[in-house]
Parts: sequence; structure tokens; C-alpha cells
Amino acid sequence: MNAQHPIEVTVNGTRHAREVEPRLLLSDFLRHDLGLTGTHVGCEHGVCGACTILLDGEAVRSCLMFAVQADGHALETVENLATGETLHPIQRAFHEAHALQCGFCTPGILMTLIPFLREHAAPAESEIREALSGHLCRCTGYANIVAAVARAARYGPKAPAADDAR
Amino acid sequence: MTFGSYMGRRVLRLEDARLLTGRAPFVDDVDLPGMLHVAFLRSDDAHGLLRSIDASAARHRPGVLAVYTASDLGDYWRPGPLLVPPPPVPGLVFHAATQVPLVRDKVRHCGEPLAMVVAESRYVAEDALEDIVVDVEPLPAVADLEAALLPDAPLVHDQFGTNLAAQVHQRKGDYASAKAAAALVVSRRFHYDRGAAAAIENRGVVASWDARAGELTVWDTTQAPIPIRNGLASMLGLGESHVRVIAPFIGGGFGPKIMMFYPEEVLVPWAAMRLGRPLKWIEDRRENFYATTQERGQIHDAELAMSQDGRILGVRDSFLHDTGAYDPYGLTVPINSQCTLLGPYVVPHYDSEFRAVFTNRPIVTPVRGAGRQHGVFVMERLLDIAARELGIDRVEIRRRNYIQPDAFPYDHEILFQDFRPLVYDSGNYPAALEKAALMIGYEDFVREEQPRLRREGRHVGIGLVSYIEGTGIGPYEGARVTVEPSGMVRVATGVGTQGQGHFTTFAQLVAEQLGVDVASVQVTTGDTRDFNWGTGTFASRGAVVAGSACHAAALKVRAKVLALAAPLLGAQEGDLELRGGRVAVRGSPERGLGLGELARKANPLRGAVTPGTEPGLEATCYFGPDRGNAASGVHAMRVEVDPETAEVKITRYVVVHDCGTVINPMVVEAQVQGGVAHGIGNAFYEQLIFDDNGQLMNASFMDYLLPTALDVPTVELAHIETPSPLNPLGVKGVGEAGAIPTGAAFAQAVEDALAGTGVEITEIPLSPSRLHQLMVRARGGAR
Repeated sequence: MNAQHPIEVTVNGTRHAREVEPRLLLSDFLRHDLGLTGTHVGCEHGVCGACTILLDGEAVRSCLMFAVQADGHALETVENLATGETLHPIQRAFHEAHALQCGFCTPGILMTLIPFLREHAAPAESEIREALSGHLCRCTGYANIVAAVARAARYGPKAPAADDAR
Repeated sequence: MTFGSYMGRRVLRLEDARLLTGRAPFVDDVDLPGMLHVAFLRSDDAHGLLRSIDASAARHRPGVLAVYTASDLGDYWRPGPLLVPPPPVPGLVFHAATQVPLVRDKVRHCGEPLAMVVAESRYVAEDALEDIVVDVEPLPAVADLEAALLPDAPLVHDQFGTNLAAQVHQRKGDYASAKAAAALVVSRRFHYDRGAAAAIENRGVVASWDARAGELTVWDTTQAPIPIRNGLASMLGLGESHVRVIAPFIGGGFGPKIMMFYPEEVLVPWAAMRLGRPLKWIEDRRENFYATTQERGQIHDAELAMSQDGRILGVRDSFLHDTGAYDPYGLTVPINSQCTLLGPYVVPHYDSEFRAVFTNRPIVTPVRGAGRQHGVFVMERLLDIAARELGIDRVEIRRRNYIQPDAFPYDHEILFQDFRPLVYDSGNYPAALEKAALMIGYEDFVREEQPRLRREGRHVGIGLVSYIEGTGIGPYEGARVTVEPSGMVRVATGVGTQGQGHFTTFAQLVAEQLGVDVASVQVTTGDTRDFNWGTGTFASRGAVVAGSACHAAALKVRAKVLALAAPLLGAQEGDLELRGGRVAVRGSPERGLGLGELARKANPLRGAVTPGTEPGLEATCYFGPDRGNAASGVHAMRVEVDPETAEVKITRYVVVHDCGTVINPMVVEAQVQGGVAHGIGNAFYEQLIFDDNGQLMNASFMDYLLPTALDVPTVELAHIETPSPLNPLGVKGVGEAGAIPTGAAFAQAVEDALAGTGVEITEIPLSPSRLHQLMVRARGGAR
């Protein structure tokens, strides 16, 4: 149980070599071993979606994977979205549409939306709601999140520079 | 930017960037050198006698530093405080039984903590839980509200000789005479079952003891950091100023995070002091379903006496309230139900009695709405049934019974949860009703659209209900506003924040008075080092009570600015204005000073000042309202029901809402939208299902369904603003409003969609399968 396994992962462009227990959840590895606490944990059984990250560009739930399963893969977390103080277009859209309240579920939702918007340049509302349906948000009632995704889609990958990242 | 530029504006939130980039600190993000991890062993039984507990194997497991059971706590073991004493209602019965840190002799609900393990990692701590051998002799569980009061029922708390936790009878007028005069008496039994608050962030506590400084620091997912600090200081024998409690960013509260003291809040700081190492405990989702407080089951036997022309003559209600295994939160929830039932209506005679009942279920404390939705559900359903039986339109029957706009203050002549008379301060209920009916197209729908669609075989329905939310209760909150020499304005207040936008709305209130850019106002909340007087975030009171304190402190700083600047600028105070971060002579902006510069001048290093002068541009003010105020509104929804599958689709949802003066409509609308989502969950998806042994059958998000983006429509919302006379801003609360009338509107709309089939809805939550049962039963009855 306690045997350590060497793994090597690239997270947000930085390579990390670590020894981990095979039972260590990827979410715990990111949060507690690497200190990337932007990824949140809400249920640890794959329903709430708060822990969603990108694995080789695709959205996955980091609470449903062991860290050893990420060996050799490239991961991306919410910390990688903004460039310095400049918000990513999807972050900016969330801010402008008031698409977050407590903000706990938000990082996971953002990470789901990165590949979604890559594949859906102009999504219909039904497609947006379908994409969001794998995430639980208790604060917002989703309406402003839906609006934010539509706004982000209008921005496209090259949004006007966000001047209000504070 | 000019003075007066922020009230009522859609100012984008100042806290967003930190949250969006993952930089906002939550409790589980705290990482301290040498930190150890805690896990709790929890009871599998709902009711039983703890015969023995053997933790020796756990203590010997490598990586385990300590295991504590009740006997290890010594004098520190004591039941928690009674948070809310009962109000002074004549004849009231109340049996106080508060939660214990670890079970000593008797288990009273599933998930009650038996032992605490401290280990090098959470993984090892959970391994060690498996090593602990527990012998519990099971007892029959008190799992049914009515059976709990039978003479031979097993007892949750033996010392009372009964499972009755409280009995409260409030009366107004003489219901018997109203009933005798009635043309119609509607009597029904209503059920409202339990749900979870289900904040996406579970609870957590991190504690760090600095032995050299004699200081304890605690990070806690609480809605009430200051009372937690004060209580911990008292329990641990420390000075209040030697305990710092930080409620950083909190991932949703919704009520249960105002509960105190949870066992973990008592034990983690204590063990951190004993072990001299920082400790962290983070609740997992399964624990959350057992160990975090829940909302409430109630059964109402209610009666409405009506005149032939559809006027309410009186209401009688007798209800049972499930308080769970302990009642630390007193009677807040059932009293809210009792009071909120009266709603926006003139009810000349009211007779309401409730009995709170101990059961072997997790503890009940307020969850968004806090019992108000039960009262609304009962009253609105009674009115719907009366309308049907009297042949009066559902909108019309409400119109005929409203308290009129000129009738305020309006006294319902019973006591509210803040121990003050239930007196409404202001409102305009008819206006909200007409607006909502217009927005949802009520007349067209019932006259043309519904009959047409029904002829096509489609089951569409409309629901329209009213509610009152008693909000903004005392006792008080405070705020300190400081202009720093940099020109930055700092605001500190004691209420915790769980996503309501306090960082922005409080900044708006202060920027409004000081004429500064709202982005230059930095708000800190929930850190007792920055502000240590206050009670917490509950009862939709943040904007009302803490907001009014921010406003008062900003006004005081404004007065200091004027008094200090006038002689420096050689002008009269009345000729000065504050704008753009400066104070200047009106019309001569060059004759002015930056507020930062003035702050520096107000804090001289040498020289003399006039005796009585206070340094700096800073003020601390408190606000405590005389009583809570009455927010109100109308919810209307259209649904379509699939007669085969009982699937319900909400096709439109309209809210007309009155929370008094609106500080930031963007924030208010989002609070309502989120509340409606919570209400839709309560109405159709969420139910905590316990079996006869008190076992929770659906303790995961796989089995306990929260509404998703596919289930919640975008609410169409309009504001009515009747400013409250009870505070200088005229604000009322909004945090819980959206969740309160949803079940009642849903029931009415679904019943309307099924009109003619004999389905009558007297319970919440429904589910597709439960609704299907009701439909089948009604069909059987028709045969």
C-alpha cells in the first residue's frame, strides 16, 4: 500500500518528477503535492465536477484518477488559464456575466469549457447546457454561466485584452 | 465619476479575478509546515448504546499520532452551547439537548462522531479508522415524526421522558369564531421532507497553535467566525484576542455553516494545542450527508376558513417539526414556518401550534429559507384549494386578501424568530402580483393557450404564489472604514462571506459616500484579526445589517474628511465635494486634496492637535435594527407535464421581487436565480431518504440529485422597490428569497397542468416517480 511509485507529469508546462503512493488521487496530488489548489474537490465520486482538469487537452475529473495514471501525461489546471494579470477570455466572460458566486465550482467548469469551446465555436444554448450538466453549482442557478459561455464563444480564442483583472 | 454613482449600479464583482484564477484561498488550501491530518470515526447506527471502543490498534499504526475518544477529552467533553434560546412565548415548552463532541454513552444519529484520529496523512488517518473496534448495542430508532410521540416510542433523550423537544402555541384573535362564520373550511395534511444544503465545498477546520506567542489560529468554513472565536477562547481558556478565526473564501454556506459548534470545530483546535502541530480536517461528501446539519421535515394539519366571496377569515395550523437528534438552534426554523405562513395576507384569526420532535436523524438547523418555505407551501396550497372550491380565480383570491400598501407598519400580532413582534415594515403586494401576472401572461394562458393546448392533449399548467421573507434581523453588525495614505480605502466587517458579493456591494456603499473609485475599496470579511465584533451571515441580513454599518462608517469618515479639509482649503464644509478620490471646492477642482494626502495629514508625527481629535481618516460604526424587515415577492411558473412519464418541464419562470433599495441589481438578480434553483431542487429532485432504522439511503451525489443546468430555467425578473424604513439604506434582504416559494408555485403549476385528473399535491418534494404514483392513484380513484 505504501510503496512509492515514480511518476513524471507535465503540469501547466512544468515537468514534475515525484514518488507517490499508488492510491494517491490525482486531485490530492495536484492540490497537496504540487500546491495547485485552484483545482477544488467537492464530492470525490465524480459527480460535482469541481475537480475537472485537462489531461492531454481533454477534460477529466481528477478525483476519479490516481496520480500514477497521469504518469507521462500533460495536465492543465485553472492556474494556467490567465496570462499574468490578464484573464483568459472564458474567465473574462464569467466575470462580465456574473457567472460565479462562491466560485468553488468555477475552476472545474472553466476547464470543461476549454475543450468544449474549441469544438463548438458557436454553441446553441442547448449545447451549452448539455456541456454544463456534468457540473453542480449550488449558487448561481446556472443562468449566468450559460450566458457567460455564449459570451466567451463570441470572443473566440482571441478576446479583447481584459483590462479589469483585479 | 460623481457622488451618487454606485447605488443601484451593476458593478462587476471585485472578488472575481481571485476566484477565476484559482488564487482565492479556501480552508482546504491552507498548508502549514508540519501539518497533520484528522479523520473521524462515525457511527453506523442511528441509535444505540456505546458499550466499548478500543482504539489501541489504531494508536499503534505507523503514521498515527493520536486517537481520541470521549474518555480522552476529560473536562473538555461537554455538550455544545444552546445557540438560540427560545422566544418568550407564553406557555412555551422547550427541552434543550445540544450535540456532544464525541459520543460518550449513547449514539443518537448516523454519522455521530465516536473517535478522532490524527495522522501524518488523511489516507493513514482513514486507514486507522478501520482499526478501531466499536461495540454499539443497537436500539430501535426514532425514525418517524408521529410515532416518535406515541407513549411506547423509544427515547432519543431519556432524561426528558418524551421525544417532544418543544411545543409552541401562538394565537391571534379567535379562530373558532372565524370557523363558525365560514362559508368554506378547507382542511388538509401537508408533508414537507428533508433536503441537504449541499454547498459544493464541504466543511473544514484547520488549527495552528503558536505556543510561544500563546496564540491559536483557526481557519474554519463558518458563516460566523467571530462567535466561533469567542466560543473557542472560552472553551480553551484563552483570551479572545489570543484566538484568531479566519473564514476565508467559503464555497457556499446556505445555512449549515452558521451552526456552531460542530464537534470538529471543538476538537481540531484542542488537539492542535495538545499536539503542538497544525491540524487539518476536511469533511468529505459522505460525511457531509451525516455530519452537517440539514433542513427539516414537517407535517402540517392545516385549516383555512373562508367567506363565500373568497376572503380569509382565519387559519388554524398544527404541525410537527423534525429537529433531529439535538436542538442547538432552538426554535428558529419552526417559528419561521409559523410566522411565514401568514404571508402577505390579512388573516384576522390565527391559531398555530407546533411540536418539535427529537428523532434519530442528523441535526436540523436553518438551510436557505429556514422553515419559511413550509409556511408558504401550506398557505398557498390552502388558497389554491379554496379558490378551486369557491370558483374564484387563483390570482383574484390572492388579490382579495393582500395587506394593502397603505397598511404599514402591519402587525400580525405574534412573535417572530428575533423575539420581536411580527410587524411588516413596508411592501406593495398588489403591484407585485399584477406585474408577475402580466409578465407570465396569466390571463392569456388560462383563457386561450391552456385550453387550446389541452385540446391537443398537452398538459400545461401555471402557478402563481406570494411570499414574505422576514429578513435583516439583529442583533447587530459593525464595520470599520479606513482611508490609507495610499488613497486605498479599507473596509473591515465581521460577517463571513460565502459568495454573496460582499466584497463588491460593501465597496459600493463606501465608494458612494467617499467619492472614490469602487476598485480602490478593499473589503475584508471573516477575519477576527481585522474585525472582532459581530454575529455572522444568516437570515438574509448581510446587506441590511453589515451594509448599514458600512454606510454609517463611510458617512462618519466623510464627515471627518470635510471637517479636516475645510480649514486646509480655506472653504466651508458645505462648499466641498468628494469625487475622484479627492476633496475639493465645488466648481474649483484645483482647490483640493487627495484623500490619501489628507489621511497623512490626519496622522501627524509631531506637533499638537486639538484635544479630542481622532487620528487618521477612520471610523467604526455599528448597526442594529429594531426588528427584521419584510422582503416579499411573487413567483410564477409555467410547466408542461408528460402524462406518461410524469416528467415536468418548467417552460417559464417569473419572479417579481421586493428587497427594498437595490444596491447592485446584478448581484440581487443572481441571488434570486440561485435561490430558485435551490427551490426547484427542493420541489422536484432533492429528498434525503431515511429508512426505519434511521439509515440515510442516498448519501451521495449519485443518489441525492441536485438540479443541473438542464433543469433550471433562466428566471425572468423584475424589481419592486419599497424602501425599508428600518435602516438608512432602505434595503431588505434577498439571500434566501428565491428558494422560499418555489415548491408552492411548482405544486400549483403541476396540479393545474393535471387539472381534471384528480391529482392534488400536498407534499414536497415531489419526484417524477412520486408524481407518477399520485397520477396513477388519481386514475384508480376515478375508476
